[in-house]
Amino acid sequence: MTTYVGKPVRRVEDHRFITGRGRYVDDIKLPGMVYAYIVRSPYAHAKILSIDTSQASTAPGVIAVLTGKDLEADGIGGLPCGWQVNFRDGTQMKEPKHPVIAVDKVRHVGEPVAVIIAETREQAKDAAELLTIEYEELPAVVDPQKAVEDGAPLVHDDAPRNLAFDWEIGDKAKTEAAFQEADRIVELELENQRLVPNAIEPRAAIGDYNPGTDHTTLYTTSQNPHLIRLLLCAFVMGLPEHKVRVVSPDVGGGFGSKIFHYNEEVIVTWAARKLKRPVKWTAERSESFLSDRHGRDHRTKVQLALKNDGTFLGLKVRTYANLGAYLSTFAPAIPTYLYGTLLQGVYTTPAIYCEVYGVFTHTVPVDAYRGAGRPEATYLLERIVDLAARELNMDPADIRKKNFIPPFDGIEQPGYQTQVALQYDSGNYEAALNRLLEMANYSEWRRKQQELRSQGRYIGLGLSTYIEACGIAPSAVVGALGARAGLYDSATVRVHPTGKVSVYVGVHAHGQGHETTFAQIVADKLGIALEDVEIVHGDTAEIPFGMGTYGSRSLAVGGSAMVRALDKILEKATKIAAHLLEAPESDLEFREGKWYVKGTEKSISFPEVALAAYVPHNYPPDLEPGLEAESFYDPKNFTFPFGAHLAVVEVDPETGEVKLLDYYAVDDFGNIVNPLVVEGQVHGGIVQGVGQALYEEARYDENGQLLTGTFLEYAMPRADEFPMFKVDHTVTPCPHNPLGAKGAGETGTIAATAAVANAVADALQPFGVKHVPMPMTPQRVWTAIQASQQVA
Amino acid sequence: MFPASFDYRVAESIDEAISLYQSADGEARYLAGGHSLIPAMKLRLARPSRLIDIRPIEQLRYIRVGDDGAVHIGSLTTHAEIAASDVIAQHAPLLAQAAKVIGDVQVRNMGTIGGSLAHNDPGADYPAAVLALEATITVQGPNGTRHIAATDFLKDMYETALEPGEIIVDVAIPSYSGWKSTYVKFFHPASRYAVVGIAILANADGNQVQDIRIAYNGVASCAFRDTAAENALKGKAATDATIAEAANAALNGVDVLSDHFASAEFRKHIGRVYLKRALQGLFAG
Repeated sequence: MTTYVGKPVRRVEDHRFITGRGRYVDDIKLPGMVYAYIVRSPYAHAKILSIDTSQASTAPGVIAVLTGKDLEADGIGGLPCGWQVNFRDGTQMKEPKHPVIAVDKVRHVGEPVAVIIAETREQAKDAAELLTIEYEELPAVVDPQKAVEDGAPLVHDDAPRNLAFDWEIGDKAKTEAAFQEADRIVELELENQRLVPNAIEPRAAIGDYNPGTDHTTLYTTSQNPHLIRLLLCAFVMGLPEHKVRVVSPDVGGGFGSKIFHYNEEVIVTWAARKLKRPVKWTAERSESFLSDRHGRDHRTKVQLALKNDGTFLGLKVRTYANLGAYLSTFAPAIPTYLYGTLLQGVYTTPAIYCEVYGVFTHTVPVDAYRGAGRPEATYLLERIVDLAARELNMDPADIRKKNFIPPFDGIEQPGYQTQVALQYDSGNYEAALNRLLEMANYSEWRRKQQELRSQGRYIGLGLSTYIEACGIAPSAVVGALGARAGLYDSATVRVHPTGKVSVYVGVHAHGQGHETTFAQIVADKLGIALEDVEIVHGDTAEIPFGMGTYGSRSLAVGGSAMVRALDKILEKATKIAAHLLEAPESDLEFREGKWYVKGTEKSISFPEVALAAYVPHNYPPDLEPGLEAESFYDPKNFTFPFGAHLAVVEVDPETGEVKLLDYYAVDDFGNIVNPLVVEGQVHGGIVQGVGQALYEEARYDENGQLLTGTFLEYAMPRADEFPMFKVDHTVTPCPHNPLGAKGAGETGTIAATAAVANAVADALQPFGVKHVPMPMTPQRVWTAIQASQQVA
Repeated sequence: MFPASFDYRVAESIDEAISLYQSADGEARYLAGGHSLIPAMKLRLARPSRLIDIRPIEQLRYIRVGDDGAVHIGSLTTHAEIAASDVIAQHAPLLAQAAKVIGDVQVRNMGTIGGSLAHNDPGADYPAAVLALEATITVQGPNGTRHIAATDFLKDMYETALEPGEIIVDVAIPSYSGWKSTYVKFFHPASRYAVVGIAILANADGNQVQDIRIAYNGVASCAFRDTAAENALKGKAATDATIAEAANAALNGVDVLSDHFASAEFRKHIGRVYLKRALQGLFAG
């Protein structure tokens, strides 16, 4: 029986956030703190000929003007990449130095070139205008397909054709053979456009150094403080980890952009040690656009071979993935192991081959952004499936059902081995689609579509039956795939003498509501009240070494570690209870926070046992005092949530405007701890996914200038553009973790983009429009109609 | 984002504001709602040495019918006040129709009609409306007071007839009680500025059009009256055929703006489709 788990408990952290009492990095003011302003390159590609600091150095309030040369002189290294993906022929990945501050050359607009440290932010920024930097502008390349052409400007001299790696997965020969046998081949060329993450809280960092103890503290807006400490200490600055603490207090959204180790984290830490004063940097929004790692940016050709009855025979994918100017922390993994491995989707396609070119360009580095690789995979797969259905004149729901992997629970039936390395844990894909079709009254929508078409109105239905791999782990597997870090997680449960409980977790919330959902699990497990539990995260001085929050891993991995630690607590507490109740452990039963001697009313409560553990006057002779336990959990596999989404749009063919009329989602996250929090994740994810489909685009001009570098040009989705979503769940538990839970953080984003793209294409079927590139702005929709009409 | 440093002064009266302007070293700017000026300063695209805050000048905040029968609007009147005004709803609803779709709630609560007209952003919503309404803009400056017709006031992109030190004090609109009007807008999804904004004001008996004014925002570097479109309907019955004629006549020979969100061709197309639909809506019943 549960009191909290499975219930829509309201988030305990929200009162703090909505009353302005959250404590973010920029809220922290340390005595003697000074401010860094980072001077960034206005050019995408240029030589730095000279930097004249003389005027800026003497400006009011300026303490120091620092350049890349100063940083090098102090022995500070470049930013490391945490994942290695080699060339197909075994050649090692090209991993050019990623300087913290550029020295001789700049390679994207926004790259740090110098740092001004002053008593106030305003003084630092004013002084920056007095810095004279002489550049020699060089030709730039921003498109990953153009970047590999002969004669394209090189981003790094030691990366010919601008390739960091080329990579393949699947069976090429088998796939070619499948294409030979196919009745037909459907193909599409797609662009999965570049996005800017735009977390509501801009990044910020404070370096603080205590010369007395030689302790360094970095406060930073991070999703994973331990990883930042490891990279900063071991790879960049050569600092001893036991003297370095990294603190991420409340973090206002990340969507992946706060996973990575950033230049500014090194800059403030280095400057604070050098100047012996705390140094703060907070991004201006324009800096966020030019320095937060971007997402997506693929150019892809996809081909699906199939029989005339709709059976999929083979899938071929070639992708040029834009990595930007440097390899960000996890960049190589995103368009490879988090992308190519998802191309099985929920279908039985027997032969799959995918090749990916990882390409440097003169743009902001690209890395994980909500979904990270999986939205790209889902978009191309769901688009090509819909196109196949159209060519065969089948309903998109029917072609999916024809090709679904049959149900398997991962216990009675084994996991599903895909053609692209992964083994799915458990799934029941048709059940999710059936629930969706029923909830949405799909057939009625189809009828309505026909009826409206005859009135000259064009609505479209877009399905997306997705799967994703998340809760990323296990360490041994990711290690074999090139990860340079482990992917377990950790938790320490500390029971206080009064029976209150603090839990120190290695994962870190930046909007997910862990303080509530994790506490629900603890409270149920120990039979105590929710308010008697506190979840602590984000401070390396407090928490065990953990890998942080991304890839929808917190509950499945970190939550599982916590459950294991709680089991250890209960095991020990039961021994203490048995001693105090003078009964053998086997005679006890634990329910609702009390141990009972079976068949009697004789009992002892959890707080009484906790007190005994710390005041062990009457105590089992061989047992250590105290009640605290730690667990490191390394899962056996990823978790594979899945589901079916339906977008309903109306397109105005005369103006190209798209209106989202309705949106339905049926997701399967296995067991759900807090349906309210999960629903919030689904809603937010859908909005973000629709944002990519209809509005968002980081667009560069040919010279590498970001044309959509402010909110005047970069369109975010807004509440008034959305209907109320209808969501539901099916439940197929994860067979390999103690909670039976799968990740819920990214599915909305993964599913929604494809659903809306399919809906728009469906609406435009009468015009013969096959595909509209994203974002599907009115102009693009209108242009697609015009082009199609001209052909016809 | 921080602006470059500047001297901030508060004016309690128009005369004080003007004298603060005259005594400034370097460039001075008046601050009203600040919704264009402050972002430009934060981006350091604007760097006035002195900012003169005129918001406390209460005598610039009014909506009333004057002795001349015209509606007079004080320059510090906010978009929200204009959108909600009964006086404007009765005499010049077109202005309220435009005000209602400016930016978002926050912008409408802060932004002022004087500030918007003085800035003359090509994507702003008021310019086409004041052209259609044949408003008169009164400005006051070091050399006294001038009354300027809207069409003479709005010169080009970010350019107006304002001379250095002049402040818009009043916008006067003749009463159009009984006229039909509408303002339609195809907005940019990020900025919510008008990619195409069309103000239409018509004196019609049923669909018999005696007089009509059609003005565009967003399409060109400055708002303008489209007389060719107007002439296609003036003195005629508004039918599907004449409306189509007007739409086809619109935007001919206009130097249309182009950007990656809306090319010149697409903008022109939207300008015509929106005009057609707006006219159909206006004369539909």
